[in-house]
Amino acid sequence: MKHTGPGWMIALLASMPAHAAEWTFQPPVTAIARDVGALHAWIMWIILAIFVLVFGVMFYAILRHRRSLGHEARHFHENTTVEILWTLIPLLILIGMAWPVAKVVLAQKDTRNPGLTIKVTGQQWLWQYDYLDHRVGFKSRLATPRTQINNYDGLPIQRSPRYLLEVDEPLVVPVDTKVRILTTSNDVIHSWGVPAFAVKQDAIPGYIRDTWFTATQTGTFRGQCVELCGRDHAFMPVVVKVVSKDEFSRWITQKQAEQQKVASDPNRVWTRAELMQHGEKVYKDNCASCHQENGKGLGPFPALTGSKIATGPITGHLAIVLKGKNAMPAWPSLSNEDIAAVVTYERNALGNKVGDELQPKAVAAARQ
Amino acid sequence: MTHEHPHGDHDTVRGWRRWLYATNHKDIGTLYLCFAGLMFFTGGIMALGIRLELFQPGLQYWQPEFYNQLVTLHGVIMVFGAIMPAFTGLANWMLPLMIGAPDMAFARMNNWSFWLLPPAALLLVISLFVPGGAAAAGWTFYPPLSLQDGMGMDFAIFAIHLLGISSIMGSINIVVTVLNMRAPGMTLLKMPLFAWTSLITAYLLIAVAPVLAGAVTMLLTDRHFDTHFFKAAGGGDPVLFQHIFWFFGHPEVYIMALPAFGIVSQIIPTFTRKPLFGYVSMVYATCAIGIMSFTVWAHHMFSVGMPATAQLFFMFMTMLIAVPTGVKVFNWIATMWEGSMSFETPMLFAIGFVCLFTVGGFSGLVLSIAPIDTQMHDTYYVVAHFHYVLVAGALFSLFGAVYYWLPKWTGYMYSEKLGKLHFWWSMIAFNITFFPMHFLGLAGMPRRIPDYALQFTDFNALATVGSMLFGLAQLLFVYNIVHCVRGGVGKASACPWDGANTLEWQVASPAPHHTWHEPPSEAIVRRGLVAQALENRHE
Ligand code: HEC
Ligand SMILES: [Cu+2]
Repeated sequence: MKHTGPGWMIALLASMPAHAAEWTFQPPVTAIARDVGALHAWIMWIILAIFVLVFGVMFYAILRHRRSLGHEARHFHENTTVEILWTLIPLLILIGMAWPVAKVVLAQKDTRNPGLTIKVTGQQWLWQYDYLDHRVGFKSRLATPRTQINNYDGLPIQRSPRYLLEVDEPLVVPVDTKVRILTTSNDVIHSWGVPAFAVKQDAIPGYIRDTWFTATQTGTFRGQCVELCGRDHAFMPVVVKVVSKDEFSRWITQKQAEQQKVASDPNRVWTRAELMQHGEKVYKDNCASCHQENGKGLGPFPALTGSKIATGPITGHLAIVLKGKNAMPAWPSLSNEDIAAVVTYERNALGNKVGDELQPKAVAAARQ
Repeated sequence: MTHEHPHGDHDTVRGWRRWLYATNHKDIGTLYLCFAGLMFFTGGIMALGIRLELFQPGLQYWQPEFYNQLVTLHGVIMVFGAIMPAFTGLANWMLPLMIGAPDMAFARMNNWSFWLLPPAALLLVISLFVPGGAAAAGWTFYPPLSLQDGMGMDFAIFAIHLLGISSIMGSINIVVTVLNMRAPGMTLLKMPLFAWTSLITAYLLIAVAPVLAGAVTMLLTDRHFDTHFFKAAGGGDPVLFQHIFWFFGHPEVYIMALPAFGIVSQIIPTFTRKPLFGYVSMVYATCAIGIMSFTVWAHHMFSVGMPATAQLFFMFMTMLIAVPTGVKVFNWIATMWEGSMSFETPMLFAIGFVCLFTVGGFSGLVLSIAPIDTQMHDTYYVVAHFHYVLVAGALFSLFGAVYYWLPKWTGYMYSEKLGKLHFWWSMIAFNITFFPMHFLGLAGMPRRIPDYALQFTDFNALATVGSMLFGLAQLLFVYNIVHCVRGGVGKASACPWDGANTLEWQVASPAPHHTWHEPPSEAIVRRGLVAQALENRHE
C-alpha cells in the first residue's frame, strides 16, 4: 500500500494516541504525576517557542545570507545591548519557570501523614515488600519465564503481553490513600519506580529513603528497577495493584492470617511436603542468585548439588547457613521456619537425595 | 637527511623512533588523533554490539553480564579514550600554530602524557578476557555494584589512573603554553577562541581529574584492603561515591563540550567571512560555564533522595547554566547573520553542531526540572540527551575540526563531495538512532538493560537500524582522510579557506615540522585578530 506524503503524516498523527504507551508518559494516576505531565507540556511549549525563534533566524540567515546568492558580509561584531538582552531574557524565562516547579518539588518531598507505610527492599534481583503497620511481608519477583527471555537459538517465541513487566506477587495498595514508601537495599543500589505515579526513589544499602504517592484510580501499574544493579537488572519489575479500600482490608487480613499460620507455633512439626514447598520459595528468594536455581553454582559460588556440606552432616549444613563463611553471607535474619525449610530443600532437591529433614525447633535450638 | 635549521635534531629520527620518542607537538598531536580515532572505532563496535542486542525483545546475542560489560566499556572508552584525547590532540597540533609558539611548553612531558594512553587502552580491552570479564557497573562505577565486579574492575581502575595522569599532564602543558608562549602582541583577549576554551578546559581537568582518581582509589582499597569508604555493611557510604564521582563528572561534561565550542567558534567566522560576534562575551560565557559546572553535580542524583532545599539549589543552578550556553548559541547565530556564507564540510558540521547541540541543551533543560527528572532519570531520555551533546556535540565538532585543518596537516585537499556525503549521512543516521530514544525514555524504558518490554520494540528496532547506518558513515570518514593524506583532490594552499585569518593559515601547508621558530611579527598577529580583521577587509 502506498501512502502519499501528507496522507502518511496524517495516518501517523492519527495513530499517536493509540500508541501512547510507546512514546509518551503513562497516563497519570496521582496528582503529582498530573503536575509533572503539565509541567513537561508547558516547558515543551516554551522550548518550542525558543526553538522556532532561534532556528527561524538561523535558517533565514543560512538561506539568504549566502555567498552563492552574492550576499556580501557585513562586518559588525559586537553589540553590548543585545548581549545584555539575550542574557537577561532567558534569565527571566527561567525565573518564570522556577516558581511552579519549586511548588511541585516541595509537594513531592512532603511525605508526612501517610495512611499506609510500606518498606521496599531491593535485592538482586527482586523486591521485598513489608507492610510495617500490618506485619505482613513478601517478595515480588519476575513472573515471565526464562524460556520467553533466552532466545539465543533465534527461534520465534510467543511472549506474554506483559513480558518483563509481570511479577508473581504484586504490591497491593488501597486507592485514595497516601502511601509512604521507604526504600533500602540488601546488596547494591536499586531504584524503585512507577511512572504512572511519577515516583522514583533509589534503594540504597545502609540508607532508608522515602517517597510517597496517592493513587486516585484502581488498576495495575507497572515500572522497573531503574538503577543498574547487575546481571538481572532488566528483570526486576515493579507491579503495583491499586484496589478499593475494602478490597485492601480483605486482602491484608487474609495475608496476615496466611503468614501467622507459618509463624504461629514455634514447636509445630512440619511435614516434609510443607518444608519442601516453603523451602523452594526461600531458596529462590535468597540463595538462587548465587547458587543458581538449579543448584549448580556459578563462578565463585559453589554448587550445592553433591556438595560435601549440603549432603554431609545436617549440623554442618545448618551452621554455614546461620553463620556464613567467606563470601557466603550469614542468614540470622531468616526465620527458623525459613531456615529449616531451605536446608531441607537443599538436601532433598537440586539433585540431592539425602533423605533427612530439619525442623524449626532444631533451628531455634541451634541459635542458642 | 636534511637539517633544515640548527635545532632540527628531531627531524633526523625516522621510523618508529620518530613516534616513540616524539617531542614535536605536531607529531604528538597526530599520535593523539590517531589513537582517538582507533578508540572511537573500538567503542563504536561496542555500541553496535549494544544496539544489536536491543534490535528486538529477548536475549539473542549476549548474556546480560556481557551486555553490561559492553555498556561500561563503551562509555569509558568513548569518554576517556576517544573524545578527551581527540581534543588534547587538536590542542597539541593547533594551539602552538594558532598563538604563534614554536612548540608546546613541555615537550618531553607531552611525549609521556601521550604514551600513557595506549597501555590504559590495552588494560581496558584486555579486561574483557580476564576471569569474570570487564567492569560491568557502568561508566559511573557506582558501588556497591562495582565492589562485586571481578578483576576487570581493577583493570578499569588502573586504566583510569593512567588516563587521569595523562590528562593532567596534557592540561598543564596547555595552560603553560597558552599563558606563556603567545606571540608578542597577542594578549589574552586577542587569542583565538579555541585557545580560550582549551585553556578553561585544561583548568577544569586539573581540578577534577584528581578527584576521580581519588574516588576510584577508594574503590580499589574497598575492594582489596578492607576499607569501608563505600561499603554500607562496614559503616561506609555508597552515596558519598556518587557525590565525589559527579563532582568530577559534571565538569567532565563541559571538558567534552568547551573545546567543541572553541572549534565551532573558529569554523563559523571563517565560512561566514565575518568576525566572530561577541568575542568578549563568548570568553565570559566560557568562564561562567567553567565555574558554574562545579555547582550542579547533584542533578545527576535527584533520585538518590536529597533534602528539598538541596534539590532546589541544584535544580536552579542547572537551569542557570543554560544562560551562558544560550549566549554562545545566540552569538554564533549573530555571526552568521548578514554573513556571506558558504557550506564546505567543516561549516556543515559546525551548523549541524549548533542545531543538535541546541536540541541536547533543550532536553538538558527538561531534565534539570527535578520533578520531571523523577520520570526521566535513568531512562533512555537521558541516553538521548547525552548523545545529543556528546555525539552531535563533541564528535560533530571534531569531524568539523578534522575537515577544517586537514589541508594544513596533510598539504592536500580532501574530497568535498565525500565530506558532504559523510555529513548528511551522519546527520540523518544520528537522528534516526537517537531521536526515538527521547520517546523511549518518556514511555519509561530504563537505560542499561539488555532486554525490554514489548511496547518499546518499534523505536528500538529503528534506533538499531540508525546506529548501523551511522557506523557505516564513519568508514566514509576514514576513507576520505586516507584519500586526503595520499594526495586528495589536489594540493592545498597555505590558506585554502578565504575567510580564515588566524595564525595557523600563515604557515605553509602542510605545516612544516617546525613553525614559528621566529615568533610572528606583530603585524601578522594583528592581522589574525578579530577586530583588526575587519579593518583590513575595509581597506
Ligand atoms: C552472595 C552469594 C551467596 C548467597 C546469596 C548464598 N550463598 Fe551459600 N555460599 C556462597 C559461597 C561463596 C559459598 C562458599 C563459601 C566458602 O566455602 O568459602 C557458599 C557456600 C554454601 C554452602 C556450602 C557449600 C559447599 O559445599 O561449600 C551451603 C550449604 C550454602 N552456601 C547454602 C546457602 C543457602 C541456604 C543460601 C540461602 C539462604 C545461600 N547459601 C545463599 C555464596 C552465597
Ligand atoms: Cu535492581
